[in-house]
Amino acid sequence: MADKLRAQQQLESLQTRYIGTGHADTTKFEWTSNIARDSLSSYIGHPPLLQYMSIGLGQSREKTRVQLLERMIQPVGKPPEPQD
Amino acid sequence: MTSFSNMALYALTVQQPSATQQALPGDFLGNNKQQILTANGSRISILEVSRRQKGFHEIHSQDVFGIIRHVDKFRMAGGTKDHIAITTDSGRMVTLEYLPEEDKFKTIHFETFGKSGVRRVIPGEYLAVDPKGRAIMVASIEKNKLVYILTRSGQTDISISSPLEAHKPQTLVYYLLGLDVGYDNPMFAALELDFSQSDQDPSGEAYEMVEKELVYYELDLGLNHVVRKWSETVDRTSNMLFRVPGGPDMPSGVLCCGEDNISYRRIFNNPSDVQRLAIPRREGVTEDPSRKRVIVAGTLYTLKGGDFFYLLQTEDGDVFKVTFDAPGGNVSSIKIKYFDTIPVATSICLLKAGFVYCACESGDRILYELESLGEETDDPVYESSQFPADPSESYDTPFFRPRPLRNLTAVETVPSMNPIMDMEVANITMEDAPQIYTVCGTSARSTFRTTRNALDVLDLIESQLPQQATTVWTTKLTINDEFDTLIVLSLVSHTLILKIGEDVDEATNLGFVTDTTTLGVQQFGEDCIIQIHPKGIRHIREIQFPEDDSAAVHGELTDWQTPPHRSIVACATNNRQVAVALSSGEIYYFECDSDGSLAKADEEIALDCPVNCLAIPDVPEGSVRAYFMAVGCGDQTIRIFNLSPDINGEILKSVSLQVVSAQPSDISICYMSDKTSRGLSQYLHIGLRSGVYIRSLLDEHTGDTSSIRRRFLGPAPVRFARVTAAGDAAILAITSRPWLSYTDPRTGSLATTPLNYSPFDSAWSFESAQFKGVICIRGDGLRIFALDSVASKTTHETIPLKYTPRKLIGYHDEQVYYVIESDNNTMDPRTQSLLKGHANGNGVDHDGDAAMKSNAADGDDADGELPPVDFGHPRASGRWASCIQVVDPVSDKSVIHTVELQKNQCAVSAALVAFESKELEPFLAVGVATDLRFSPTYSYKSGSVHIYKITEHGRRLEFLHETEFPEPPLALLAFKGKLLVGIGRDLEWHDCGLRSLLRKALRQHCTQTRIIGLKTQGSRIVVSDQQQSITYVVHKELVHPNKLIPFADDTIARWTTCTDMVDYDTVVGGDKFGNIWMLRCPQKVSEESDDSTDGMLLEQTADKNGFLHGTPNRIDAISHFFCNDVPVSIQKTALIAGGDKIIFWAGLQGTLGALIPFQSRRSFKMFQQLELALRSDEKPISGRDHLAYRSYYIPVKGVIDGDLIERFLVLSRDKKEGVVAQMEGNFEVSEVEEQIWNMRGLYAF
Repeated sequence: MADKLRAQQQLESLQTRYIGTGHADTTKFEWTSNIARDSLSSYIGHPPLLQYMSIGLGQSREKTRVQLLERMIQPVGKPPEPQD
Repeated sequence: MTSFSNMALYALTVQQPSATQQALPGDFLGNNKQQILTANGSRISILEVSRRQKGFHEIHSQDVFGIIRHVDKFRMAGGTKDHIAITTDSGRMVTLEYLPEEDKFKTIHFETFGKSGVRRVIPGEYLAVDPKGRAIMVASIEKNKLVYILTRSGQTDISISSPLEAHKPQTLVYYLLGLDVGYDNPMFAALELDFSQSDQDPSGEAYEMVEKELVYYELDLGLNHVVRKWSETVDRTSNMLFRVPGGPDMPSGVLCCGEDNISYRRIFNNPSDVQRLAIPRREGVTEDPSRKRVIVAGTLYTLKGGDFFYLLQTEDGDVFKVTFDAPGGNVSSIKIKYFDTIPVATSICLLKAGFVYCACESGDRILYELESLGEETDDPVYESSQFPADPSESYDTPFFRPRPLRNLTAVETVPSMNPIMDMEVANITMEDAPQIYTVCGTSARSTFRTTRNALDVLDLIESQLPQQATTVWTTKLTINDEFDTLIVLSLVSHTLILKIGEDVDEATNLGFVTDTTTLGVQQFGEDCIIQIHPKGIRHIREIQFPEDDSAAVHGELTDWQTPPHRSIVACATNNRQVAVALSSGEIYYFECDSDGSLAKADEEIALDCPVNCLAIPDVPEGSVRAYFMAVGCGDQTIRIFNLSPDINGEILKSVSLQVVSAQPSDISICYMSDKTSRGLSQYLHIGLRSGVYIRSLLDEHTGDTSSIRRRFLGPAPVRFARVTAAGDAAILAITSRPWLSYTDPRTGSLATTPLNYSPFDSAWSFESAQFKGVICIRGDGLRIFALDSVASKTTHETIPLKYTPRKLIGYHDEQVYYVIESDNNTMDPRTQSLLKGHANGNGVDHDGDAAMKSNAADGDDADGELPPVDFGHPRASGRWASCIQVVDPVSDKSVIHTVELQKNQCAVSAALVAFESKELEPFLAVGVATDLRFSPTYSYKSGSVHIYKITEHGRRLEFLHETEFPEPPLALLAFKGKLLVGIGRDLEWHDCGLRSLLRKALRQHCTQTRIIGLKTQGSRIVVSDQQQSITYVVHKELVHPNKLIPFADDTIARWTTCTDMVDYDTVVGGDKFGNIWMLRCPQKVSEESDDSTDGMLLEQTADKNGFLHGTPNRIDAISHFFCNDVPVSIQKTALIAGGDKIIFWAGLQGTLGALIPFQSRRSFKMFQQLELALRSDEKPISGRDHLAYRSYYIPVKGVIDGDLIERFLVLSRDKKEGVVAQMEGNFEVSEVEEQIWNMRGLYAF
């Protein structure tokens, strides 16, 4: 029982430390949001990728960077209505 | 059991990436001058800009083997130089100090704070430094922020605290800045956005309501913690912050920039007190007056008196000067004025010396000189009092008229290929080595570049000789002369002497034997000159030019005659020694007497083979003679003889012998700088008749030769001239073309690079009061050139293009290239001219008044076309401007034909096809998309293929017909006399009809996502998919209808950008995440695919055994490598004359790289061990684990990182020994160095 509690605590500490760590009740929305946000931050963080996209869009890197950041706010649309 | 991949590659960077991630000025050397620190790709460099040297000089550059995300500088209180803080993907906070004496970076701190990799919540994306150097904040895009406190401990050490956390979950950071607060507690400002509400609200209202906040974090140095001090809501579009100087009587705070918004804010300010400016918009008929600009780059500059201003750049490239009106630190207003327009930059560095360095996003980086501070120009000035603090309130839009540069002048450009859009290596000019053709840049700054491996020379003088000459020398008159006085030319049957004065005239009465050819000329002893001709040696004393004309007087003449029936075939001289070789095989040796006359030694060398060439080095400083003579003999040997008495007191004894592969044609001995502790060593250079050049180290004491480097230079005998290149001794090797053998300034090892110069027959160094250079002759032409810089091994020829190039198609037979170009969000020329015509039509009076208006105050030409190269094309959201250009890089060196696309079409693919049905005439097929959009998703109206007939020897394109397709054809390829088209997921095979293309074969759902590339060999087609790697397809033509059957695909999703077939079964390619990989179809699968002619069985198994919509077979990955750049083109090709084939790739950021296959297991094992040893002994300074870096997405396989290996060359001697000692197999340092040199020297450059 103590082990189980400990595992639970560890999981919780992981979840606060590393966002995106799942749990039993992770919804599809949370999960897809996390993936999309991870991808978007990866596009921003890898200079060649950001440049690649900027060239495709025909705009400056700073503008693309801000657009991608904006997309991170709500990457997969509105959250679902709470289920009761 | 050790297992080896059956293919091993050596990855080398041929040209470093030139896309600047960030650049900032600072004093990193501690010499009270400013340098520029730039981060390009994974490399950090310190550049020096000086007025005296005219331009740039790279002081140090080092690969950090990590993805550089941010760099900043800090200076501790009382420090004399700036240190570097750098965040990479290592998950570590690293600070560096540059040590100029040792020419290396020293790691000061190395603080691990998180996982490695570029992740959402691992800090490193943002880095901000307190201007007083007391604290550093690092932040991630979401949530995490860490603060490190820096303190000085002791005299020199800087200690760093453990990190203090300032996390806020579910918050995005847009920008981070260290505020200038003087000596108050360090303060950081961040642009943050909290999305926790919007994540919870299903109605979407909260999403509409999210606010951006400017948050102030204070580091309380007393309590040692970070507090979120204050925050205020700012404009939702804010994206950038600039520091406002603080301290006594200074305002402090930030300049917060967003869309159409620049506002001054400080902590605890009242919202109504905020000073705000709107960003002026361009005036002009083609400009949309409602388009708002954002600031993308900028810099703060503080003048001596405490005054300061900003240069802020918009996305159009317009630079504005923002000034403050802040008496006593209270900001009463801020002003904005148009400054100049320069290319869009990632960083703008304003140097104290009055230079502005613009690290452009695309194309050549430019250095400007600041002519004035923008006070004189009459551009409108807008004040913050004109604008409401709240951007949502209405205000009069400010406008300005862009104009050519007034405050800046471009002084130098640093060539940069960034971004490379496509590349091909081809030898269309039939030179001995192929050229690299690239299309680079974006929008109007696009270029077509021809790159050659050559050194640029500075052409100085070119003149005509009365007769054909064969050899040339220059000489001084006395040993104390600083400059050369005479030019001696050996003509066909006589000798011509020219005097260098204000003019170059023929000199007379010099005492030379002029009715014979000359073999050598040397200033000898104090004031004598000797001339060696086939029949003897003429010794002339005291040549003088008493009057300033060309008539000379000379002292006593002495002749030494060869023994009868023999003549001199080779000679070698220096100031005190002469050796001549006779046709009979004897070598006579002379020395300088005390009175300067020639004294023949009693000893002589008698060889039983003809002597081809001789060499004696210059007399070393402080001695009376050179110690060794090298003799190139007809029996393919090089013999070294001693000239100074050995222990038995004897001279002219053979001390060493080297056998070479062909008859030597020339030899030379000289001192060249290298990596030894002394800084230079004596080298023996051997040129062979087969065109091979050999350089070996000649030991000064024993005469032994070691560390031999060989290289094939060209199909003609090699001859040498000792010259000076960029201030260092170098050897000019003349074969079918001239080469320079010199010491690479970066690695200190030998480099051989051809000169970008027409071939010549003979050359000699030339020193005059005006310049130091090289004199050379070819036929009756005499030319003088200088070698000023050996920093770059490549030369570029640039042809400007119109829009962003997308693909490059070569028509090698006609020496032309077709480039398809397209620009997104850009107004096409048709709309432009319509708008312009409209404006002119409305303003007929305006035109009529032009003459009257010419004396008006407005000096600028109102209708003047602003060149798009400097000002960009007019923008239009959702519109495309696209064209096809024909480029002739060989004879015209320009664009010779342009076809504009209409109706919002853009060219996406192209191929050269010789249709079988059209008598194999060449046609250009261009894939076109209409109304293409990438955002929010990939969408289009339709796709089509245009067929152009190629006429006038490839120089004109005639539109033939257009065929509609349901999706844009992103891949085209000529295949078996017809055109293969990738339409979305489908692969189609078309013939050319009269009015459209006619489909001959179709394979639906050939790949998973979208076909973006096609390659072929025989009946096999390699189809690359946008997301799903590659698929092997076989074409079965003996059945009706023709079949295209996919039979093998990959197990890993690779977002392919480019591929090439290395052989029938093997494909090399690159993907968008910066990986290069090699895949191979299993032997059995490959054979089965070609077994049957009808493909019935293959198709059945494909249908039956296909997995998850894939094919029945899987291909194997045989190598994999992360290169931190998006490969845009990859090709199997030879790169240098006589070199073997390698894999050559070009990366988006301007990287050119090579993958060289290992020839032997032994050398692969050696390099593998060396790499292993270097990984632990020469750890990357970014703190990134090298193996992890090269295995960023997928573990590195079968590839040795040559860039890491080459770090070995710059290690200190004892460290090299240490590394080699770890390797199994009893290697020696020199052996390892030779192998490293060979990998680059024999395959790449």
